Amino acid sequence: MTPLLQVKGLTKHYGTRLGCGDVSFDLWPGEVMGIVGESGSGKSTLLNCLAGHQAPDAGQVIFDTRSDGPVDTVTMSEPARRMLGRTDWAFVHQNARDGLRMGVSAGANVGERLMAVGARHYGDIRAQAVDWLGRVEIAEDRVDDRPRAFSGGMQQRLQIARNLVTGPRLVFMDEPTGGLDVSVQARLLDLLRGLVREMGLSAIIVTHDLAVVRLLADRLMVMKSGHVVETGLTDQVLDDPQHGYTQLLVSSVLQV
Amino acid sequence: MKMIDLADVSKSFVLHNQGSAVIPVMAGAALNVRPGECVALVGNSGAGKSTLMRMIYGNYLCDAGRIVVGGLDVAQAEPREILRMRREVLGYVSQFLRVVPRVPTLDVVAEPVLAAGGAHEVAEARARALLARLNVPERLWSLSPTTFSGGEQQRVNIARGFAHAFPAMLLDEPTASLDATSRAVVLELISEAKARGAAIVGIFHDAAAREAVCDREIDVSAFAPGLAA
Repeated sequence: MTPLLQVKGLTKHYGTRLGCGDVSFDLWPGEVMGIVGESGSGKSTLLNCLAGHQAPDAGQVIFDTRSDGPVDTVTMSEPARRMLGRTDWAFVHQNARDGLRMGVSAGANVGERLMAVGARHYGDIRAQAVDWLGRVEIAEDRVDDRPRAFSGGMQQRLQIARNLVTGPRLVFMDEPTGGLDVSVQARLLDLLRGLVREMGLSAIIVTHDLAVVRLLADRLMVMKSGHVVETGLTDQVLDDPQHGYTQLLVSSVLQV
Repeated sequence: MKMIDLADVSKSFVLHNQGSAVIPVMAGAALNVRPGECVALVGNSGAGKSTLMRMIYGNYLCDAGRIVVGGLDVAQAEPREILRMRREVLGYVSQFLRVVPRVPTLDVVAEPVLAAGGAHEVAEARARALLARLNVPERLWSLSPTTFSGGEQQRVNIARGFAHAFPAMLLDEPTASLDATSRAVVLELISEAKARGAAIVGIFHDAAAREAVCDREIDVSAFAPGLAA
């Protein structure tokens, strides 16, 4: 078996400041990896470099493509990387408005991604859109509403449907539950876990919420000042943290 | 043939934010369990019973030694190998149920069977049988266990722990906070697991329960760091 994603020496500077430095890891099919760290620790920079939204200064992001096997996506052509972004990769933004088209209906938001990979039959596209809205618990009678008319939690679920409709193999998520109230968060976490299991997805989730990674992530990477300071099984890192920063992070969580 | 095999296991905690205090908790720990055998960890509170159990599960790192479960050295293994071990080989019944909010009890119990590759119908049938046996009222099965009483949660936890027929199991106080009837069911489940060849390590404060199912006792206080040196 080959890793789905192999990251080697990924480095990104902003001028003289370090975004993320020399990050390497393998992600295997079906694995969910969490990246935690305080604001400014470089976790979002890392995610954006991995997903091709930012160009790293150095390093490789090798993805096991369906057609050609492992390919370095950093040096791949822009059209090829865009195609990957529409098919095998998905990106769930913290702010649903960044991942949705607010001016078109919920159904069109989902259908658009299908059309981008060649679907043309209106009936099929609509049927798939309705099916996916159902899976993320959005009622069929809302399919023609625009996301503007949706609550924050619904927008986030719509964004997830839009991303997963093309059956990606790797999903990048940037604080997927950030800014949502806790009952909505729980619902979203439950949904994400179910989808990850059913579709056999691999995912990389950036968050500062340790409870979220405990529920969703198999493995954890802890970042501080652009560097990975600790990695391991999620429960091992949270229950027996080795690095001083991780110990501080874990012991700072308020008990409910 | 040993299913669980530990040798020279040592562990200390380093508290970086409290003056880098080093707290040695275990040295030279050894343990082996054959299929069909149940070994009880004994020792006073704080002697390291749970710590040892957590190291076997890969939840705590160990500093030295080997912890081999079903041929995999947990002390050296990659995360994904430990995850596979937890899905297929080693079950763990902890003292507390930790679940995703909103997930129905039946799904919570069926999940380990699905994770180990079992079919949906098999998983659900197994979950129903165990919940019924442990006297969890059927009207609760479609609800999330987060709002259940302590005893009910513990019975759901046990059902979940025994849903998949793991070849090795860790049981942390499986009979705590249970009434006599449920306690008897748990002891039956343990005996049945032994009969099908599971290797079990358990912590039982309930001495009668320990007598009933355990073949041997290991006193964990013998692995206190001062003694082994």
